[in-house]
Amino acid sequence: MNEVALIIGMMLVTFLPRYGVMALLGRVEMPKPVFRALRFVPPAVLSAIIVPTMVFNRQGEFDLSLQNSALIAGLISIFVAWRTRNVLLTILIGMTALWLWRALVGG
Amino acid sequence: MSEIPTRKSEFITGVRDTLPLVLGAIPFGIIFGALAVNSGLSLLGGMGLSLFVFAGSSQFIASGLVTQGVGLGLIILTTFIVNLRHALYSATLAPHVKGLPQKWLLPLGFWLTDETFAVVIGRYSRTDDSPYKHWYYLGSAVIMYTNWQLCTLIGLVAGQAIPDMRSWGLDFAMTVTFIGIVVVQLRNRPMVVAAIVAGACAVAFNGMPNKMGLFLSALVGVIAGMVAESLLPDVPPVREAKHE
Repeated sequence: MNEVALIIGMMLVTFLPRYGVMALLGRVEMPKPVFRALRFVPPAVLSAIIVPTMVFNRQGEFDLSLQNSALIAGLISIFVAWRTRNVLLTILIGMTALWLWRALVGG
Repeated sequence: MSEIPTRKSEFITGVRDTLPLVLGAIPFGIIFGALAVNSGLSLLGGMGLSLFVFAGSSQFIASGLVTQGVGLGLIILTTFIVNLRHALYSATLAPHVKGLPQKWLLPLGFWLTDETFAVVIGRYSRTDDSPYKHWYYLGSAVIMYTNWQLCTLIGLVAGQAIPDMRSWGLDFAMTVTFIGIVVVQLRNRPMVVAAIVAGACAVAFNGMPNKMGLFLSALVGVIAGMVAESLLPDVPPVREAKHE
């Protein structure tokens, strides 16, 4: 792997949406449909990253049982985030739940 | 905050308000560093990603793809898809940073992350007419960036010394941090639909090579959200996000 090319490539495709949109929108309007679609990108992308880390266990098997600590801790985290809207509390309770579940139940 | 915000007070408040999210990024950064050295990237390569890309989830995914031997072009494409969500953040912040000179826009754009967006949009939506809200943004960005570099460095060094840090479950810190960020952003039913559909697709498409499943899932999720929005009547927000 050419690491310099990797870093430059990743930097460009990350920097452009971050800076480019901000810099251009001072001058041009974003088309409404584009903005509408963009609003769904963060929940869609982040959820597509999150959910597999919950439902596949450490052996990489699809596992919806109580033995899957990541699933249980993830569900608890979702509940906490939904009820409290507090990211820090979500992180603390989620990680504590994961460790406790592993110690008590396994998985 | 004091009665009349100054550059310094805005900067410090920005740092302070971001600290809870910094906590979530600490294990995440350390694990990234550890994963990077174990994925075959050099120390400089892992550090370079954090210094110049500065986007945790895509760095995580990229180091996973390097391990699998995926080619450069596909890794860069995946990074683009994963980080496209920043375009929304950037568009949302655009009216607030309009008029700032390039010497501000360049670094503020480069430092735009999920965490900083979540905190800064709260500051901009408060109606006081402080002229220094971009200093708040800067404070949030600087603490996130500094923390990310330190944690990456710790992870790179620790990853060489301790072979299997993943078994501690610290990689789950990414999941819980994102859960916190996503759930707070789900303001209405179409967004919930987008998240659920994308999540379900990501599980169904998990076997697809080269993270194509992630790309497809995100696409299907966005389409589902737009369809839901046009079908569902306008409902009031499930609950307004609270920014403190």
